[in-house]
Formats: sequence, C-alpha cells, structure tokens
Amino acid sequence: MKRARDLLAAAGLIALLVGVWGAAVAAGGSPIVPTPWQVVLGMVELAQQGVLLRHVTSSLFRVTTGYLLAASLAIPLGIVMGWFPAVFAAVNPLLQILRPISPIAWIPLAILWFGVGDLSPVFLIFLSSFFPMAVNTTTGVHTIERQYIRASQNFGVSGFRLFRLLILPAALPHIIVGMRISLGVAWLVVVAAEMIALNSGLGFLIMDSRNAGNRYDLVVASMVLIGVIGLMLDTLMRRLERLREVSWRYAR
Amino acid sequence: MPDKITVRELAKAFPVRGGSLAVLDGLDLAVADREFVAVVGPSGCGKTTLLNIVAGFERPDRGEVRMDGVPVSGPSPKGIVISQQGSVFPWLSVRRNVTFGLNDFPEEERRRLADHYLAMVGLQGFENAYPSELSGGMLKRLEVARALIVRPEILYMDEPFASLDALTRFRMRIELLRILSREWHTCLLVTHDVEEAVHLAERIVVLSDRPAKIQAVVNVPLPHPRQLSSPAAIDLKEYILRELGVEAVAARIAP
Repeated sequence: MKRARDLLAAAGLIALLVGVWGAAVAAGGSPIVPTPWQVVLGMVELAQQGVLLRHVTSSLFRVTTGYLLAASLAIPLGIVMGWFPAVFAAVNPLLQILRPISPIAWIPLAILWFGVGDLSPVFLIFLSSFFPMAVNTTTGVHTIERQYIRASQNFGVSGFRLFRLLILPAALPHIIVGMRISLGVAWLVVVAAEMIALNSGLGFLIMDSRNAGNRYDLVVASMVLIGVIGLMLDTLMRRLERLREVSWRYAR
Repeated sequence: MPDKITVRELAKAFPVRGGSLAVLDGLDLAVADREFVAVVGPSGCGKTTLLNIVAGFERPDRGEVRMDGVPVSGPSPKGIVISQQGSVFPWLSVRRNVTFGLNDFPEEERRRLADHYLAMVGLQGFENAYPSELSGGMLKRLEVARALIVRPEILYMDEPFASLDALTRFRMRIELLRILSREWHTCLLVTHDVEEAVHLAERIVVLSDRPAKIQAVVNVPLPHPRQLSSPAAIDLKEYILRELGVEAVAARIAP
C-alpha cells in the first residue's frame, strides 16, 4: 500500500516534469528543442532501425569489461591494504593522488596509448571504477571489529581459512557498496568517453545525432535511455545487498 | 599440584596526556590446575588488562605470565576468552560459528562435534540460524560451545554475562556450572559482580583500586549447587563488598 503510494508519487513527479517540458517547448516555439512526444518518436525510430540495440550493447560491453577488470584487481588490493598496515602506508598516498583525477582527464593519454577503438573507453572505465572499489574494500577490512580479530587469533585461525571465515565476509558489505558506487561511475564515464572519437555507444549516438542534422529528439532520447539503464544497473547492484551473506550488516 | 597459571610482578601502564597511568603495578597471582578463580575489583581497576595480558593479547611492561611453566607470548587455543561484548561472528551460521576453531578436522568429525556441543548448550535445532536470529542468552551459550569445542585447558571470562538481563544472567551461571561439571576446565573469571563470583568461584581475589593490588583472597568453601541466600554466602558477599569499600553495607551490618 505504502509502496504503491510512493510509486504513484514518483511517477506523478516525472509526469509533471514532462508536462512542464512540453508546455515550455510549445510556448517558446523553438524549432530545435524537441517535445516529449518527438523524443518518443525518435526512440521508436532508433529502435526500428536496429541501431539502438547496437549502441546499448557497445556501451554495456565496454562497461562490463572495464568494470570486471577493475574489480579483479581493486578488491584483492583493498583486502591486502586493509589487512597489512605496511602495504597501506606504501600504497595509499599514491592511490589518494590518482583518485581525484577525473577519468575524463585521461582521455588524451588513453587515445595516445590505446587508439580510438574499444580499448580506450575500457581503460577509462577501469580507472574510474578501480578507486571506489579499492577504497571501500580497504575500509571494509580496516573496520573489522577488534573482538572478531582477537577471537580468530585466539582460536589460531590463519591463512586461507582466516580469509574465508573472517576477512572476506566481514568486509563484504563494504565491498558491495564499493561495487555499486563504481558501477554508477563507470556508466557516467562510458558515455563521456564515447563522445570522443568512437563510432558506437550511447555517447557516440548523442554526438552523432547532434552533428548529423541537429536531431535533438534523438539526443534527448539517448539521454533518457542512459538514465533508465543506469537505474537498472543500480537496482541490480542493490539486489546484492540483500544476500544473506551481507544482510547481517543491516539486520540490526 | 603445580600451578596452571602463574603471574609474577606484573606491571602495565598506559600513556595518557602528560604522563602515564599505572594500571597494574607488581601483581602476583597463581591459579591451580582445574581451579575456578574469580577476580573482582572496582570498575577501571585493571581487571580486563590483567586478563588480556594473561590470555596473551597484551604485553606487560614488567613481569611475566606462565602457563604450565612456559612463558605466555601470545594468544593460543589453550586458553579461550569469553568477553562481555561477545565475538560470535554475525556473518556465520550457528554451525559455522561453533566449528570456527576446528582448524584441521575432517568434515564428518566437525559435524559430530558441532552436534555434541550445540546439544550441550541447548542449541540443537538452531544449526542453520544466524546470530541475528538468536537472543542474548543463546549467543552467550553459542560462544561457550565454540570455546569448549576446541577443548581448551583454560577458560578466560571477562564479565561474560554483564550484557545480559538479570534473569538470563542468573540462568547462564547455572548453565555454566552444569556444563563445567561435565567438562571441567581451569577458569579465570574477571567480574565486578560479587554475587557472580560467590556463585561460581572456588577462590576469589579482590583487587584494590588502580594500580591494582591484591586486597584480599577469599576461599569459597560452599558446595554446589550453591544457595546464594544462605548465611554463609551472604557473609562472604558482604565481606568482599567491605573489602571493595562499599561502606553502606558495612554500616548496615554493624549498627
């Protein structure tokens, strides 16, 4: 009941915004800014041409590749940094210097190193999703409560068993938060990366629609699509937070 | 019989702003094999520090701790700590918690031992539950089972039942005595609860305020099950409270 009411309120707000948008375009009489209906028609046009699916899969493929690559390195690094103070002391300053550099700033170097194919955006996704995962994993291991570490020492649990029974499960809620933040950032970055020197992906679609005859209806259609896919990715990640392995963190 | 635990000339100070705070300053203590010793003292007198050093989690500034004549250099499964805050892992099921300390056991043996010890503490049927689904008393019993399953020689208890409500606390003491009657261990209990000490221990060591010194040592010659309302038990409690400087009690019994 409450859920239905919340949903209705959210949908109402969106409908209101779309209404204001339509009215503003009608009142302004601009020949370039599209009406909501033109955007819907634009989306149908893209879908019928079959290009929509191609651009979406290109973008998703780049995100998945760069993201998984980052996860496979950042999570182990975060665990080692969190557990061994000496590693943390050595690596953290470097990490903190690299972290505030926007992935967009790496675009020139990415093109220089990896050219204008798929590899450049994959590299940028990798960079952007690496840091949130590394930092959150480190925090997750750092914040394991002392009584649990002491109990493990007390029972003489060490090595892989310690990793499997203490470190990984204790840090998992933080790791998942990092994974969720990273995926959000990765999706932001892929669109930006694709605006430059590529010929596929949703970012390319936006720039191409503008360049090829000011098709602002297609520009906005792509934007809406980017938002909806972003929401879907986040919903997917939220599912992970409900796993039994991490629900202990939220149970109390 | 040789002593299980010997503590000699133990000293420990903690740095505070503008100097250091001596918590222990030359403390001696011996616990015999299979003896149940309770250490009582006022809050902040250094009881927990003493237990942490004896269990190997902290290093003393001076003095030494020996277990079976061998200097203690760190924590070991020979002496398991049960503390007030509890350390049952919230991310592991009851079964995985209880078998946590069984490092190199075949799966079948692990299962058998888990069944045995969970039944001993009355947690059969909860094997697949998670700690968030258990009550405070059940968590404590799980912690006791997890300690006993590795067959430690010593149980260290630091205010083990202090976080429980009064009724559960009382039940847990009886439960602990019942379990210990089947598998006796050397026990070192640290508490500020005088009644708990009189209920459980064979010998009670009363500590002074910081830096902790031994103020008095009291034998508890009462047979189990103990009647805490018996005159002998009440006398003991009041004697210990007087030693702890609780004057109101002294005034009441000596008009």
